[in-house]
Amino acid sequence: MTAAPVIYVPLDSVAVALGADEIAAAFVSRGAKVIRTGSRGLHWLEPLIEIECNGARHGFGPVDLNDVESLWAAAVKSDPASHRKSIGDIDNHPWMKRQTRLTFHRCGVVDPLSVEDYRAHRGLEGLKKALKGPSASVCDAILASGLRGRGGAGFPAGIKWKTVASAAADQKYVVCNADEGDSGTFADRMIMEGDPFLLIEGMTIAAIAVGAEKGYIYLRSEYPVAAEILGKAIKAAYVAKILGADVLGSGKRFDLNLFIGAGAYICGEETSLLNSLEGKRGEVRAKPPIPALQGLFGKPTLVQNVLTFCAVPAILAQGAANYAALGVGKSTGSMPFQLSGDIKHSGLFEAPFGLTLRELVEDIGGGAKSGRPIRAIQIGGPLGAYLPPSMFDTIIDYEALLKIGAGVGHGGIVVFNDSVDLMEQARYAFEFCAEESCGKCTPCRVGAVRGVEVMDRLRDGVDHAKNIEVLNDLCELMVDGSLCAMGGMTPIPVQSAIKHFPEDFAFPSKRRTFGLGSEKSS
Amino acid sequence: MPAPTLSQKSLGAIIAPFIGQTGGLIGALHAVQRELGYLPPETESVAAAEFNLTRAEVKGVISFYSDFHRAPKGRTHIRLCAAEACQAQGGRELEREIHRRFALAPGETSASGDLTLEHVYCLGLCSAGPAAMIDGDLMARATPEKIAAAFDARQRPRK
Repeated sequence: MTAAPVIYVPLDSVAVALGADEIAAAFVSRGAKVIRTGSRGLHWLEPLIEIECNGARHGFGPVDLNDVESLWAAAVKSDPASHRKSIGDIDNHPWMKRQTRLTFHRCGVVDPLSVEDYRAHRGLEGLKKALKGPSASVCDAILASGLRGRGGAGFPAGIKWKTVASAAADQKYVVCNADEGDSGTFADRMIMEGDPFLLIEGMTIAAIAVGAEKGYIYLRSEYPVAAEILGKAIKAAYVAKILGADVLGSGKRFDLNLFIGAGAYICGEETSLLNSLEGKRGEVRAKPPIPALQGLFGKPTLVQNVLTFCAVPAILAQGAANYAALGVGKSTGSMPFQLSGDIKHSGLFEAPFGLTLRELVEDIGGGAKSGRPIRAIQIGGPLGAYLPPSMFDTIIDYEALLKIGAGVGHGGIVVFNDSVDLMEQARYAFEFCAEESCGKCTPCRVGAVRGVEVMDRLRDGVDHAKNIEVLNDLCELMVDGSLCAMGGMTPIPVQSAIKHFPEDFAFPSKRRTFGLGSEKSS
Repeated sequence: MPAPTLSQKSLGAIIAPFIGQTGGLIGALHAVQRELGYLPPETESVAAAEFNLTRAEVKGVISFYSDFHRAPKGRTHIRLCAAEACQAQGGRELEREIHRRFALAPGETSASGDLTLEHVYCLGLCSAGPAAMIDGDLMARATPEKIAAAFDARQRPRK
């Protein structure tokens, strides 16, 4: 009797939200050996399953329950190519061939909870190297790699690490910001679900480098699948001695805990996150002092985003120079870009900095899924700029985007077709800020509410010219006077929308009318 | 889920394991809500005593986070993503249609107590929007039909 066919079914939230659990169960009931993996990132094809035939993996997607019977027959006959949902070898798919996967190379390939899989796919190489040399050389490597914080601010990670490392204290902390609240971003979620040991390894390296023995992952509560996987992965990492009193036999200690947030966008701001982690209201703290010197419970704390920690093992394993050679200018290495909205090929695409927006949106992304013209993209989350197609030849790097009033943010790009009303989007930016402001500083707490009111007057044509002036004044005040990026950057989507799409903000009788699919067509 | 009542477990017993933990209050509030379905008014005084905080401090934490609610929710809890990536995929239209079908606005619970409708800002399913979460289950490429079917399935009495 031959062994049962092996079928890989993602456990990634996107796949689960499209029925992957039911599909996995249906294969199991037919006698398959099902291995749950992360997602490969081709989300327009999710649920994307792979069947192992003659030692090679063969992809199918998008799969639904009705396909299970015929897929099972194909698996049993070892005849995958003739199935109508066949997409062939995923590694050779054009979408994958064009990527440089430093962070995501295991995601979707391995069983996320198997330490053996992790080791077999170059896992722990970085940590082993870090444990060999002095901890200062680890900080040097991070600095030399040019790695910048992937959460949005883009601050050089090496400088932060050195600051924490050189701070004298009886207790230091390493904290992972996994409060990925930006709409259009899901890379943190994917890597935590698909390759959690990578994050654990990156945080352990960081802890050793800065001299911390305790770490926390602050995860948003909207990510239940990631919470389950991380919880199990941390336990497995203790068993495998990656965590605990004797990290890989080095005699060094690192304890890692998972903390679940409670639904507050602002907790993605690092000082707010630290207050929340202390069990308090997630109100922003004034800086200075910076968390690197006085963070969690007043102790030196290294706070980095998931993707920043996840970039670390490859930098150690393959060398800082290798990492620094990728990218452009001061934007080194690779970035996991996330494509969503009205786009044909949605999902995760990891590539070195230096692609143009057009390459990413039109070429790789395939343009709008709806077939309608693309009118705008928003890059970098709710606090990111709206840009028109005329600016799509801009290269994606921190400095180039800054020059046009935009930012990389967390690498999310949301595509809008021509039915989008940028005035409505600008109003939403204020509405979101009003909803999610922590309330600590007046420009953000009150400014956001005033912003919604001004937008309503503009929409209705009340004192139009005067209100444009009030709006600009308000934006200036929020930028200059807010304590953190929430109030300080809410004007970015608003003012970029006004600048690039003035026709949407004109006096009502002169305003752009909308085509099919919009309520404003009359 | 049956209508939440103060369970056999007292509030103090639910909260006690979290004392001394980093950020324990938030974990404790999550636990109470998991157990009882909401945070009854006594939560404030019990948690305050257990964590050696003032009631105002506990109330401040409860009111800050959108996950915590001080009144029971409907038997089914539908959360629709209201953020940009879902807006770009028809999220606003979906929300209007759900609003119309169930005659509920976001934040409201039906008079019969069978449904609570809420906003959520991003479920991380942006690449396959619009997204929804129904009693903790994720739904991508959501349509009014899919949501209505999921709601109906939950309203049937369990055998």
